[in-house]
Amino acid sequence: MYDIILDFTGNEILSMFISAALPLFMFILPFALVAVLAERKVSAFMQDRLGPTRVGPKGLLQTVADILKLFQKEDIVASNADKKLFNLAPILVFAGSFAVFAAIPFSGAYIGTFADVGIFFVVAISSLVVAGILMAGWASNNKYSLLGAVRSAAQIISYEIPTALVILSLVMLAGTLNLYELTEMQTEYFWNWYIFGGPATGIQKILLIPFMIVGFIILYISTLAEVNRTPFDIPEAESELVAGYHTEYSGMKFAIFFLAEYANMFAVSAIVATLFFGGFQSPFGYLGDLFGVEWLIPIEQFGWFTVKGLFFVFVQMWLRWTLPRLRVDQLMTMCWKYMIPYAFVNLIIIGIISLI
Amino acid sequence: MNLYDIIFYIFAAITVVSGVITVTSKNIIYAAFSLLFTFFGVAGMYVLLGADFISIVQIIVYVGGILILLLFGVMLTNKVTSTDIKSGSVNVLPAVIGVALFAGALISIIIRTKWTETPGEIPLSTAGTLGSVLLNEYVIIFELLAVLLLIALIGAASIARRTKEETN
Repeated sequence: MYDIILDFTGNEILSMFISAALPLFMFILPFALVAVLAERKVSAFMQDRLGPTRVGPKGLLQTVADILKLFQKEDIVASNADKKLFNLAPILVFAGSFAVFAAIPFSGAYIGTFADVGIFFVVAISSLVVAGILMAGWASNNKYSLLGAVRSAAQIISYEIPTALVILSLVMLAGTLNLYELTEMQTEYFWNWYIFGGPATGIQKILLIPFMIVGFIILYISTLAEVNRTPFDIPEAESELVAGYHTEYSGMKFAIFFLAEYANMFAVSAIVATLFFGGFQSPFGYLGDLFGVEWLIPIEQFGWFTVKGLFFVFVQMWLRWTLPRLRVDQLMTMCWKYMIPYAFVNLIIIGIISLI
Repeated sequence: MNLYDIIFYIFAAITVVSGVITVTSKNIIYAAFSLLFTFFGVAGMYVLLGADFISIVQIIVYVGGILILLLFGVMLTNKVTSTDIKSGSVNVLPAVIGVALFAGALISIIIRTKWTETPGEIPLSTAGTLGSVLLNEYVIIFELLAVLLLIALIGAASIARRTKEETN
């Protein structure tokens, strides 16, 4: 994509900026618009309500109205807050969640970087989000914010371990850290997806399937905890902490936190889809191949990728409005006493099977 | 001046400026957060040098691990954040002599070294090579380090547990 823009503009720096900003404007912003509305509609459906109905046909423009409202809001900085860090924190949080999109393969034709450290980069760069959240919580000079930030950081760094272990087991099986290559291995039909044992054949594939499903469940639960979604939303538990680390934020800064949260939701869903469900690969061949139209394939791949990502975002919403919130001690027990040991055993078993 | 030069100078500026803030700031939280940007700038330098794996390790270990732990410690000890770090000047003369000697040595090394310039190549990925070297040639050292880390982990856990039982 960078090369195309370079041909078009002829300026290295300009084309670098454009290709870096592309996922934001082409994907994250429209996604956030749709996802916020979807969240409200899904929650309304689950609680037997109607949800937003007033703005636009069937309430479809509700999010647009909300964003216009947020634009106009006064930017309040509490007088005892640490102004520099208070203003820097939302940028840091958003930078962390946006940087993840650099390594996500949207389709065969569009991926930010083909770097060989792809998935490792994703795991590492999300730690910027933790630093940003701690910064926001501390700079607000508010006990709810600080408690929310500390809870959130503890939760994210704890749940990074099972995530990393499951990712490690997949990397061990595939022999690559590159997300594009990982996707290419799951090509052609859906039984080549890693949830069904990947491109392995025979007895190895059959043995792998149950452990892959266990790995997928562990990964999904821990990514859910990493993006602070219910049932793991104790950092912003309304009944205890008002709104957690962004209690003091208003207007655009709050909107940036919100955008970062939704960008994160899609990013982790995309990672789950890429690792276990074939990423941008179609579950059965492509229309482009059928009709012999080359340029149709990347578009189809982008479509499949979006559908898979959105499906996992929908599951996140589904869980949010179905399950109650965990207590802090339950959360930590679940991570350290159940998920990490299971992930370790799973890793060892997958390692043994891959040697057969 | 091409794109990579500009990126290099941006990362260099981030590293140096935030490093200076880390050392001079009297507020411990500011120092900790500017350390974050120093680590990040160094990681950027590694990428420009073609060491992609090392740069990611830099981020995951220093930013994601050590720095978060440091911030956690600072934030949980309430009295540290509200007071300034006490800094003054004592032993000025010995300090000046030491710093001058060290700076002179560094500058003379920088001037005397014959810098070789080679045309830039697209660096190859290092992750695979690094992995095979670590697990083939240096496998004993690698395993010993793993055991050492495990011992440290168990030691830390047992120390933490013992103090808890005593207070009960």
